[in-house]
Amino acid sequence: MRKFALTAIAAAFAVTAFTGGAAKAAGDQPVPEAQDWSWQGLFGTYDRAQLQRGFQVYKNICAGCHSLRFIAFRNLEGIGFNEDQIKAIAAEYDIEDGPNDDGDMFTRPGVGSDYFPSPFPNEKAAAASNSGAIPPDLSLMTKARVGGPDYVFGLLTGYEEEAPEGFDLADGKYYNHYFPGHQISMAPPLYDEAVEYTDGTPMTLEQHARDISAFLNWTAQPELEARKALGMKVILFLLVLTAMLYAVKRKIWRDVEH
Amino acid sequence: MSAPQWNNKVVKWVDDRLPVISMLHHSAYEYPTPKNLSYMWNFGSLAGFVLVTMILTGIFLVMNYTPHTDMAFESVERIMRDVNYGWLIRYIHMNGASMFFIVVFIHIFRGLYYGSYKAPREMLWWIGILILLAMMATAFMGYVLPWGQMSFWGATVITNLFSAFPIIGDPLVTWLWGGFSVDNPTLNRFFSLHYLMPFVILGLVVLHVWALHTVRSNNPTGVEIKTPADAIPFHPYYTIKDLYGMGVFLIFFSVFVFFAPDFLGHPDNYIPANPLVTPPHIVPEWYFLPFYAILRSIDFTIFGIPAKLLGVLAMFASIVILFVIPWLDTSKVRSSKFRPVYKWFFWLFVIDTFILGYCGAKAPDDYFLGIPGLKVIVMGQLSTLYYFAHFLVVMPLVGKMERTKPLPASISESVLKEGANA
Repeated sequence: MRKFALTAIAAAFAVTAFTGGAAKAAGDQPVPEAQDWSWQGLFGTYDRAQLQRGFQVYKNICAGCHSLRFIAFRNLEGIGFNEDQIKAIAAEYDIEDGPNDDGDMFTRPGVGSDYFPSPFPNEKAAAASNSGAIPPDLSLMTKARVGGPDYVFGLLTGYEEEAPEGFDLADGKYYNHYFPGHQISMAPPLYDEAVEYTDGTPMTLEQHARDISAFLNWTAQPELEARKALGMKVILFLLVLTAMLYAVKRKIWRDVEH
Repeated sequence: MSAPQWNNKVVKWVDDRLPVISMLHHSAYEYPTPKNLSYMWNFGSLAGFVLVTMILTGIFLVMNYTPHTDMAFESVERIMRDVNYGWLIRYIHMNGASMFFIVVFIHIFRGLYYGSYKAPREMLWWIGILILLAMMATAFMGYVLPWGQMSFWGATVITNLFSAFPIIGDPLVTWLWGGFSVDNPTLNRFFSLHYLMPFVILGLVVLHVWALHTVRSNNPTGVEIKTPADAIPFHPYYTIKDLYGMGVFLIFFSVFVFFAPDFLGHPDNYIPANPLVTPPHIVPEWYFLPFYAILRSIDFTIFGIPAKLLGVLAMFASIVILFVIPWLDTSKVRSSKFRPVYKWFFWLFVIDTFILGYCGAKAPDDYFLGIPGLKVIVMGQLSTLYYFAHFLVVMPLVGKMERTKPLPASISESVLKEGANA
């Protein structure tokens, strides 16, 4: 029993050592500072108000260049909007549909089942409007970067007005503390009062960055709350089951010298 | 033991026509198992359990997956977001691959420690190695299916290894790809083979268990069952012990699935595959890292054989060498419990594989554990050398020279003695 538990711990430890190494090998840039997020820990959940503020930041700022192609308007239920609100949000967007019976494409207001339209018709157009750099899709951003939401927050708050002395900054690039290689094509997107919050939350650059990072963590892991809630039940069930199996095991083996 | 008589009429009717019930009875009740097996013997049945879990979750994933370069990534996201409990099925499958290797690696190290590869268990051991090879192929092809950046570039790097073979190399790679680069035909055939291979593994597992039931389980003393007092029936003793172990294992598994599902994966695989952008570090999944380190550690030519080919050969040799250890190990004693010298070499070997894993995760020019002057590549080379030396030098020599501790006369005797000491 003790040996078995030790083995399990040793295995977990080994895996951590391996993957920790792998994660570290993947980046030479400074490690972004770990932030406090509402969804951390066993019982952490998303803060709906924060996600809605983050959505506001996406809609008013990021959406100009970045797509969010895995998110449909109906998914916004997950950040606390009701059906009518979702209908209203979707209707603000023009969605290309068709072909109709005459064989023509046409534009109509969005509905809940539509996905967020991309700002550019294709990658070439995206590159052409952004001096060659393609703004990445944001749906999975926090899962697709080492450091996740900490990295996104670090990047958005990590711009320096001037590159450090001796750093050769290319034309049209901006110096960012956390971006690999420090030269990023995206101009600093956030500033104080970039978005008008209506709930009294301070409208600082840092708060905007925090809110959009939270929103993007939700777009990457919309299942997080359901996953952890189910995980609690599963593990509690397994603990009880395993304890009972252990008791049965002891009873069955009671008379065997082993 | 005589064939059992069945009182239940239905059971008897079935058994007279197809003796499945007799067979089950024979392999569960009549099958004598050493009574001193430790929890290290839980990992075989655990591996079987994970295999079944992988096949079941895999079947449900296939119902919603699209093996096309334009849609594979998207279809996986569809599974994660729109399929009912799709995230659960996929996270179980994704982490299940890691769990499978954790369990199987422990199972193999247990076999190495207790000399389970020695006569008469050579065939059992060989089939086990074939299972490992089949698992590696399956895992590699499965990792390609989500068509993320690591999928694509991992596939490119690994398939390119075959180009190291002279003359046939390049045509072989083109044939594997079904084209001139990793592309849609590659994805399609990997999908097909990824679905096929688990059933090959299942077949091998049947052979593995058949061989096991022929030669019987080894045990911590390495002394064979001599009298009926040494053994107990598999059921209920080991069924309940395995079930308990399974409970502990499932808790470990669940922690990853529900609370750290992406911990064992690589963030780059959440970026859709892009043949025009190479990730700065192409790193395989953790379970391939020791082998990857061996591959990379050969950066020199011998007798004009290019380094790449030597690396590929060394990597394959690191597994193939396991086939011959029943003869490389010259000791008459199976269990390292009674081998005071070899025991230490065994643990050195375990540490060596961990160091190889670490080296595989790092860039070759990094410093090993940050120690100035000690490059990862050099440490990888030393560990690779030691890996092979363990089998080719330590095993034959220690087996001949070591003075082993006296073996217990029987399993029962060792059990009684340990009981008295406790």
